[in-house]
Amino acid sequence: MAVVTQVVRSEWTKIRSVASTVWTLSLAVVVTVALGMLLSALANSQFSTMPARERLSFDPTNISFAGMTLGQLAMIVFGVLVVSNEYSTGMIRVSLAAVPQRATFLFSKIAVAAALVLVVGMVTSFAAFFLGQAMLGSHRAHLGDPGVLRAVVGGGLYMTLIAMFSMGVAAMLRSPMLSLGILMPFFFLVSNILGNVDATRKIGRFLPDQAGSHIMQVVPRAGDDVPYGPWGGLGIMGLWVIAALAGGYVLLKRRDAQ
Amino acid sequence: MIELAGLTKRYGDRTAVDDLTFTVRPGIVTGFLGPNGAGKSTTMRMILGLDHPTAGRVRIDGKRYEQLRDPLTYLGALLDAKAVHGGRSAFNHLLCLAQSNGIPRARVGEVLDTVGLTAVARKKAKGFSLGMGQRLGIAGALLGDPRILMFDEPVNGLDPEGIHWIRTLMKSLAAQGRTVFVSSHLMSEMALTADHLVVIGQGRLLADTSMAEFIRTNSRSYVRVRSPQRERLLDVLHGAGITVVETGTGALEVEGGKAEPIGELAAQNGVVLHELSIQQASLEEAFMQLTAESVEYHAHADSPPVPQAWGAGWDKGA
Repeated sequence: MAVVTQVVRSEWTKIRSVASTVWTLSLAVVVTVALGMLLSALANSQFSTMPARERLSFDPTNISFAGMTLGQLAMIVFGVLVVSNEYSTGMIRVSLAAVPQRATFLFSKIAVAAALVLVVGMVTSFAAFFLGQAMLGSHRAHLGDPGVLRAVVGGGLYMTLIAMFSMGVAAMLRSPMLSLGILMPFFFLVSNILGNVDATRKIGRFLPDQAGSHIMQVVPRAGDDVPYGPWGGLGIMGLWVIAALAGGYVLLKRRDAQ
Repeated sequence: MIELAGLTKRYGDRTAVDDLTFTVRPGIVTGFLGPNGAGKSTTMRMILGLDHPTAGRVRIDGKRYEQLRDPLTYLGALLDAKAVHGGRSAFNHLLCLAQSNGIPRARVGEVLDTVGLTAVARKKAKGFSLGMGQRLGIAGALLGDPRILMFDEPVNGLDPEGIHWIRTLMKSLAAQGRTVFVSSHLMSEMALTADHLVVIGQGRLLADTSMAEFIRTNSRSYVRVRSPQRERLLDVLHGAGITVVETGTGALEVEGGKAEPIGELAAQNGVVLHELSIQQASLEEAFMQLTAESVEYHAHADSPPVPQAWGAGWDKGA
């Protein structure tokens, strides 16, 4: 365990000593909160003109998280850079010479980065909720309402898991450009398309972001027939994360360090 | 002490390191010499457990690298001076290495001082020159005060002052009883620093010998003779049973390196000499000859055996 403590301290030094940590995480907070506030204000002003069916399924909690579709991209960049920086700089050879136990190295790095993202994610999620609700006026939800606290805590967990998934993918692909080139369009476009086209909807909703984001819904969407609940969805996302990290570890263990 | 036994690394059908067996001993500087692409860096990466050997093994003081607790306190290595996150300061780069091996924070300042980077300790590494990067890499190698040090091409791209500093550093580390293993593709560099030489070519071991022994066996010396009466001199030398090589420039070369008998023979026979000088082939030439032979051998090993006489067996059919 002594080694793990040492490596965790070392990885914390690595994370806090590069500028990309600060700007990716600040971007995630600002984009998520600001966009959530904007869309909440928009919903508030147009509530009276909404069709009755939409009013019935209006989810004030979820609308304050609307900024997460963009904000998560900054989390993805953070997750990718934390791991792939080691490869793009060649630092991986120095790091693994210092810590030849590759499991200790990789999982300490991911634990430190995930802990930081969890803190930032929770702050983001609570900030997005309270500021978003402030924009919603009389249509607002309260933290004590059924399911709302779960959705807000879930928002922080969602951001953490999406960053961890990106770390696993980056550990497999090593190149930051390749990792971002796959993850960004996937989560921004492909997943949404697969989840909204009838033919692929049944598969699309098992993708990590589609399944995981259910935790942030309080009022079910009209005609929603997903076969899992909010925690079930987050569990599915968790399985994706485990798969990505396991893949990253197996490849790190087997490959030469370069 | 670093021990390699049958160490082999293959990438597909290309063999980068081929059955290397040698030992790097403490108290001396061991030079690891070979042309570019000979497998020096690959061997060093395998010593550090970074690359997995296809066959064979490496032991550091009898242990596998992964078994070393806080490995930086056993073996410090400089592999690639550019292997630093450019956005991180020199101090933080060394601090994260120190923390991972339980090395006290104060040591970071000490090694920065040793390599002369104290003034730029808080500057981002991406602004460093090649020489400063090399010094930072060496600081990382010295961080754990290890008994074994390994440097891959440490003088590459350095200015004369930096080269002199590294040579002195390596010698003083060895004088403290440490094991110093340093690679280079320059024989002249090795001749100045190394006490012992391990030479490889095409991944194979070509020589494992002391520097003095290497110089003795590989530095060819010969006598160059120049005379206006060239034909007469040739007859005289041949008559005395001395083998002469005629060079294109008109001079004659006599293997062996004794000038006196040639001078005396010429005088006895009244031959005028314009030049009689002992020539020493440089170590660089000796090294190139050694590695060139390995290339040649490699090519022959892969081709079918040469027939005994040209045309023999032509009628046996294909």
